[in-house]
Amino acid sequence: MARALINVPAKAKRGEIIAIKTLISHVMESGFRYSNTGQIIPRNIITFFECTYNGEKIFSAELHAAMAANPFITFHTVATESGKLEFTWTGDNGFSASETATITVE
Amino acid sequence: MISRFLLLLGGALAGVASLASAAEIPAAERRSAYELMSRETKAMQDDDTANPGTLWVLDGEALWGTKAGTADKACADCHGDARQSMKGVAARYPAFDSARRRPIDLEQRINICRTERQKASAFAPESKELLALTAHVALQSRGMPISIAADRMVEFLDVGRSLFHRRQGQLNLSCSQCHDDNWGKTLAGNAIPQGHPTGYPLYRLEWQALGSLQRRLRNCMIGMRAEPYAYGAPEYVALELYLMWRARGLVVETPAVRP
Repeated sequence: MARALINVPAKAKRGEIIAIKTLISHVMESGFRYSNTGQIIPRNIITFFECTYNGEKIFSAELHAAMAANPFITFHTVATESGKLEFTWTGDNGFSASETATITVE
Repeated sequence: MISRFLLLLGGALAGVASLASAAEIPAAERRSAYELMSRETKAMQDDDTANPGTLWVLDGEALWGTKAGTADKACADCHGDARQSMKGVAARYPAFDSARRRPIDLEQRINICRTERQKASAFAPESKELLALTAHVALQSRGMPISIAADRMVEFLDVGRSLFHRRQGQLNLSCSQCHDDNWGKTLAGNAIPQGHPTGYPLYRLEWQALGSLQRRLRNCMIGMRAEPYAYGAPEYVALELYLMWRARGLVVETPAVRP
């Protein structure tokens, strides 16, 4: 399982705009590089990222071959209610990772 | 005529002298390359959840508690909590190893523990495991000033110093010509740092990965078209020793981020 880091504020006021930061370890091999022996290194990237807030999709992104390794994705949302944020990354070779974070909205 | 010749000769000699004896950077002027970075890269290093080096640190923390080798021991079984036992260790490495009668760097120290105490195979240089464990150990010294006890390592320090000042490679450059004489200026659009190893192992955006000081030195040597040493070579350790001694007083930043 890939290691991922999530930064979500533990508490927020209702209606406040919060920043969410995610970082995941992944080689993001582009598929355009050659090995020392001249063989093409097969593509191995994360292709999709999604974040849900109490089950509702609030952010998603398609990732392509030009992304750097260890993708850092940051975005904003409005804190509407207390609950759970779920993050999922899917990619080549059946790659799948997920993380959760909880937020308390006052 | 003769006096004019002597004047020219004197001028030429003065020129040679100024090239040969690059002065050491005084303590008050010593700067980490952190200060030359962009606001965005600084922010990346300062926030642990945005710093990709943290991914390695967490892997290292897991390895610290994992039993390995025929001795079936984890690092934690002898050293306990790294937060206490490893505090300040990275700030004084490379350190003198009495059994080997030479300085060893942090990576070598970890591999010695691995082969002699855990009875396991040594990690390969630049392997993910070795970098992760080194980063986890070095993190425990973050914010502490670099302080090398060089008294038993004077001869090795001199080797490192002479390597630093020796011209090498097809470009016929020494480390000192950039990092002592021309720091703060630019080379191909990039700022030349003073070359203090404050944050190793560090995440280099160019590498898209964590790497050791030896990998960075290899990079510089290829840049001046010299033949790099093999990983773990005594020359590298001597250079690491000299660089850490040269950076004394600056604080450890591991895991640093560099462009």
